[in-house]
Amino acid sequence: MTKKIKNLNLNFGPQHPAAHGVLRLILELDGEVVEKADPHIGLLHRGTEKLIENKTYMQAVPYFDRLDYVAPMNQEHAFALAIEKILKIDVPIRAQFIRVMFCEIGRILSHILNVTTQALDVGALTPSLWGFEERETLMTFYERASGSRLHANYFRAGGVHQDLPGGLEEDIAKFCETFPKVINDVENLLTDNRIFKQRNVDIGVVSKKDALDYSFSGVMIRGSGIPWDLRKSQPYDCYEQLEFNIPVGKNGDCYDRYLCRIEEMKESVSIIKQCLAQMQKGAIKSLDGKITPPSKNEIKQSMEALIHHFKLFTEGYRVPKDEIYTAVEAPKGEFGVYLISDGSSKPYKCKIRAPGFSHLQSMDHLIKGHMLADVPAVLGSLDIVFGEVDR
Amino acid sequence: MKNLTDLEKRINSELTTKINKTEIKHNQIYIEIDKNVLIDVILFLKTNKDTKFRQLIDITVVDYPEENQRFKIVYLLLSHEFNQRLILSYFINENEVINSITSIFPSANWMEREVFDMYGVSFKDHPDLRRILTDYGFEGHPLRKDFPLTGHTEVRYSEDKKKVVSEPVKLEQNYRNFDYESPWEGTKYIKEQTDNNDKKN
Repeated sequence: MTKKIKNLNLNFGPQHPAAHGVLRLILELDGEVVEKADPHIGLLHRGTEKLIENKTYMQAVPYFDRLDYVAPMNQEHAFALAIEKILKIDVPIRAQFIRVMFCEIGRILSHILNVTTQALDVGALTPSLWGFEERETLMTFYERASGSRLHANYFRAGGVHQDLPGGLEEDIAKFCETFPKVINDVENLLTDNRIFKQRNVDIGVVSKKDALDYSFSGVMIRGSGIPWDLRKSQPYDCYEQLEFNIPVGKNGDCYDRYLCRIEEMKESVSIIKQCLAQMQKGAIKSLDGKITPPSKNEIKQSMEALIHHFKLFTEGYRVPKDEIYTAVEAPKGEFGVYLISDGSSKPYKCKIRAPGFSHLQSMDHLIKGHMLADVPAVLGSLDIVFGEVDR
Repeated sequence: MKNLTDLEKRINSELTTKINKTEIKHNQIYIEIDKNVLIDVILFLKTNKDTKFRQLIDITVVDYPEENQRFKIVYLLLSHEFNQRLILSYFINENEVINSITSIFPSANWMEREVFDMYGVSFKDHPDLRRILTDYGFEGHPLRKDFPLTGHTEVRYSEDKKKVVSEPVKLEQNYRNFDYESPWEGTKYIKEQTDNNDKKN
């Protein structure tokens, strides 16, 4: 007697804690083995690109915070660099250091969240409790510099919005001293942990060819042994003046990617320290009054400054006709902005290249033949944030 | 090729008539081609040992509704070996169907789905051309310039029907697009007059 067996279709998400946001994953299961995964995205689609086309360049910045909301300033950086390249303006050195420093803080923010929630997905609760305490400290640094814990709106074309308040540099330096101990604690819990390794080693293996074919970047490509980091290969701002290493994985599995993230956090701490050491007092934004707003003091004193201020916040600055693609190494990978300006004060087209989009696309390829229980592990190590995937 | 100008020469000499225009700016190379040679050009760029653009970064479209050929399709490519970026583009009419490059770059799958969703450009030989970012049952293509910013429909939970219903957008106030053209640079007709005077001189 023959019995017909049908594959089971399982709906994973959109409301599931291990879906890391609003991912709806349609899984086709043969027993417990995944045959096919079809991610349905777009549940968080807000039309960011359309909105940006209707806002001036300055008004468009906050939308970038809302993309990858665990590392907001890294996104703003790409947009600011794109405008600066078209306008051909120089950024004062202090502003460059501030921006790089906050980008690295963003990297730590993002990696803490990813490493600890990945551990949470495979059954370890403690790391996330420890990690989130550190994230809170880092977000207070965000708040002290920009006025906001998350949606900073801090990096502007030509520099940063305002100078660091007194005492912040010292506090960040203090954090750099204490934070490595927390990384070590987390590593003690996870790196040699039997359960953590059983759930991650040899799971979701990405070969070098796959990494290229599926447009991987960031930790996803480095975990597979390709030493590619935009901070080294196409340095922007002051990364050229800083010394840091690029951790590279060997096997391309979830465990290697975890190790890469841990090492990257240590490198980030070292970069922040270097920034603090090399930073000097000085201007924090371009002195071109047609692009950066004047200080409040000047507005009270000078008619010209008042006019500039008024024009900047109504019409905005104009960007000459051009077309450019600029990318930065965001914590999740290559975050790029393809900007077309038409000479007016609003972008004609602003395409956002989010790393998570191409990473999530490979889900079907990565999970085929794995068990259902591996889905959260692979998803966790892809480092998906729906703000940027859905835009 | 280590050097961008060498690369430009090489591409021009290898692909000759297939290339309409090349340009180097912002440390990137911009190439314009015709619609029907896309597959050849992409294959060459990916496989040739002097180019090795082995990673597709993104595919996107720019909408120029006033132009004869409305859509500009843009491919962003990256070569890890030579650390170079290339921007490939071509123009198509509104209803033209273009070739999919999913067989060359698997990652083009979602990127082309997004282009289809946002601009309504169709792809030939695409394995799974569905909408990707917009809602189930969405109509229209949001990133086209003639699609209103507020959209056409809005959703709400209906207490009578006990489900989410979609209705035409009702706004208390229409979206206002202020034109902040600088008054100091003169209104349009004065600008034209001064331009004409400049030409005469």
